[in-house]
Amino acid sequence: MARTQVDAPGTLGDDRAARARRMSRRRETRAALLFISPWIIGFLVFTAWPIIYSAYLSLTDYDVINDPNYVGFENYEELFRDPDVGLALSNTFYFTIIQVPLYVIVSLALALLLDKAGRASGFFRTAFFLPKMTPPVAVGILLLLLFNGQSGLINEALGWFGVDGPAWTTDPDWVKPGLILMSLWSVGSSVIILLAALRNVPQELYDSARVDGAGWWKTTMRITVPMISGALFFIFIVNTIAGFQTFTEAYTAYFGSGNTTYSNDAALFYVIYLFRQAFEFLNMGYASAMAWLLFVIIMIFTAIQIKVSRRFVYYEGEQR
Amino acid sequence: MRPAAVRWSVVALTAGLVLAGCAQGTSDDDSSDDGTGGGTAFDPEAELSGELNVMGFGATDEIGQTRLDLASEAIAPAEVSLIEGDLDIQQFLSAVATGEPPELVYANRDQIGTFASRGAIIPLDECIEGEGIDTSMYLEPALEQVTFDGSVYGIPEFNSVQITQANADLLAAAGLTLEDVNGSDWDAVSAANEAMHQGDGGLSVIGYDSKLPEFLPLWAKANGADLLSEDGRTAQLDDPAVLEALEWAVSIYDAQGGFGTVKAYRDSADFFGSGNQFATNVLGAMPMEQWYVNVLNDVSPDAPMAFDTVRDLEGEPLAYASGSAWAIPADSANPEAACRFIKTMTETESWIAAAQARVDLREAEGKPFTGLLTGNAEADAAIQDQFVHPSGDEKWDAAVAATYEANEHTFSLPANPADAEFKTAWQDAVNRVLNGQQEPADALAQAQEEAQAALDEAWATWDEREEG
Repeated sequence: MARTQVDAPGTLGDDRAARARRMSRRRETRAALLFISPWIIGFLVFTAWPIIYSAYLSLTDYDVINDPNYVGFENYEELFRDPDVGLALSNTFYFTIIQVPLYVIVSLALALLLDKAGRASGFFRTAFFLPKMTPPVAVGILLLLLFNGQSGLINEALGWFGVDGPAWTTDPDWVKPGLILMSLWSVGSSVIILLAALRNVPQELYDSARVDGAGWWKTTMRITVPMISGALFFIFIVNTIAGFQTFTEAYTAYFGSGNTTYSNDAALFYVIYLFRQAFEFLNMGYASAMAWLLFVIIMIFTAIQIKVSRRFVYYEGEQR
Repeated sequence: MRPAAVRWSVVALTAGLVLAGCAQGTSDDDSSDDGTGGGTAFDPEAELSGELNVMGFGATDEIGQTRLDLASEAIAPAEVSLIEGDLDIQQFLSAVATGEPPELVYANRDQIGTFASRGAIIPLDECIEGEGIDTSMYLEPALEQVTFDGSVYGIPEFNSVQITQANADLLAAAGLTLEDVNGSDWDAVSAANEAMHQGDGGLSVIGYDSKLPEFLPLWAKANGADLLSEDGRTAQLDDPAVLEALEWAVSIYDAQGGFGTVKAYRDSADFFGSGNQFATNVLGAMPMEQWYVNVLNDVSPDAPMAFDTVRDLEGEPLAYASGSAWAIPADSANPEAACRFIKTMTETESWIAAAQARVDLREAEGKPFTGLLTGNAEADAAIQDQFVHPSGDEKWDAAVAATYEANEHTFSLPANPADAEFKTAWQDAVNRVLNGQQEPADALAQAQEEAQAALDEAWATWDEREEG
């Protein structure tokens, strides 16, 4: 019988093995850092540094050309005096609070339908995703055409049911609802994410529910929604952030190429006002302060959402 | 999905998207001593060299190409390179801030005050004197628009003016003449609007379009008021004459179901096609820039058109002018070539050559030459004299005549360091009225406050810089 020599713990052989493991781990770490260094450098140069620098700029009067002039917290004080900041924030809250839930509900409804589409699912998946490929600027122009109060397709469709559609693009009461409806144009990506999550729900759960006599509504609310709550939460939180930062479609339709002189206060969202301060009026310091205020607002909302999510969101394999 | 992953992606996404957009490059301290071009020898005989990068200009038609060829020849062996497309202000200012600006920039005239006040462009006094540019040949209002605090910062080119454009059939059917819609009598215009507009439930014919918000300065001037004082320091938006002009121009829309109705109808029109509002008899009259005459002539030569100048309440022709300008950035690497290039692009001979190229092209297409407004009075007169002949179609000849008459009666807003804020203030005020959010007097009072605050701050910064 062959004898295998085994070093006792604490002997020279054990130390050698440990050292080899450490060396190997160090080599792996070095290799990993090397591989991710392009991203790290990109992050430091194009994200971290601009973030730090914008914090500094927010304390200055800066017009892009001349050196920043330190003004302390003047820009932040001005934020609370500027009535347009209040207007832009209220427009943004209105948009986000209505758009995000609506967007999630429509995405979920379409995903549930797609889940039942069988072999046609591939075609519809592509069809739903295609609008997402439309550049946002084109969507802004499309909005003006679709929602034209006189000849737009939306009012024409409403007319078939005897409804006299509103002046979506000029009536301040209807500008934001129009933008919210138009934002549903791009639900495709969320539908795909939810569809993937739906496909991961174990069939046994539905079978058990059916045996217990649960109907479609109960199955959806008690099994489907909880089981895909992680994906739903992701869509909810990402769209909330996007809602606070909404810009391109509204800017194109009401401030940019769609209307070079006509504008509508009802579409003055926070980032549009920030953009105007930065790039039209060249008040880069003030715009930086605006960016930091938005950052704080979004962080607060995100923290609340994460806190609340702990009660409602189910993560497979999570230890609680 | 793991909660930690969600949290981290949210934090990174939020921080990156919100904050990264606002950070800018830092200023480069390598800039020259004063950035005014001082020390540069502008000499018409001097041989030039190097490169001339021109930002914001594209030779997209025969007018641009002909002059570009001449200017390129004038500065040879220096080489011209175009950075085409409309001037991107952010790109331009960032380039100046980093000490690597283009050698020459092509901007809207109303941007010159903003650029000058921030030191982004240099005064052209030495360039004008050295290259012997005769500034008296430029239209006075155009030159005023590029003159900031007593110094010329830009060389103007092109002039855009409004003329009254009307549908002769609709006028005749309502028993009206051009005089009823040329603006010389606002009551007459209102009456003509009532007579021509049609719409039960929805609008089907726009009687008159007063073209708000963009033409408030025109209506205010027609009523004897300027939106901004001559020195560019005092907003005059709460002047009673401005208020009266706004109320009248808005009333034109109110009589047709409100601005929303008119705008929706206007936006649905095939503005640049053969189904335009005049050709399809759905617009009575409006003031509009002269370039639209070319569009109408191209796409609907048989449209029943009638043209006159826009007139003030005294019956005198009037037009609110706008256009482009050449300017030399601070720290331009080749100001000598830039100066000679500007001179050649805007001199009378170059414009005449460009007009000849257009005449040839129009003749080849069997279309009449509808004139060319250059911003250079001498060139305008020469081109009108040499190339503008009766076309055999009275209505288009009337359009050209009205255009040249309007060109001699222009006004503009003076250069100021807060042009964007000033414009936003008055346009937003008009829009609030049009959207039914504010009464005209309140809107203008608010605009006055906002505009004056922006002007005061910008001028204070400039004055401080000048004193320092």
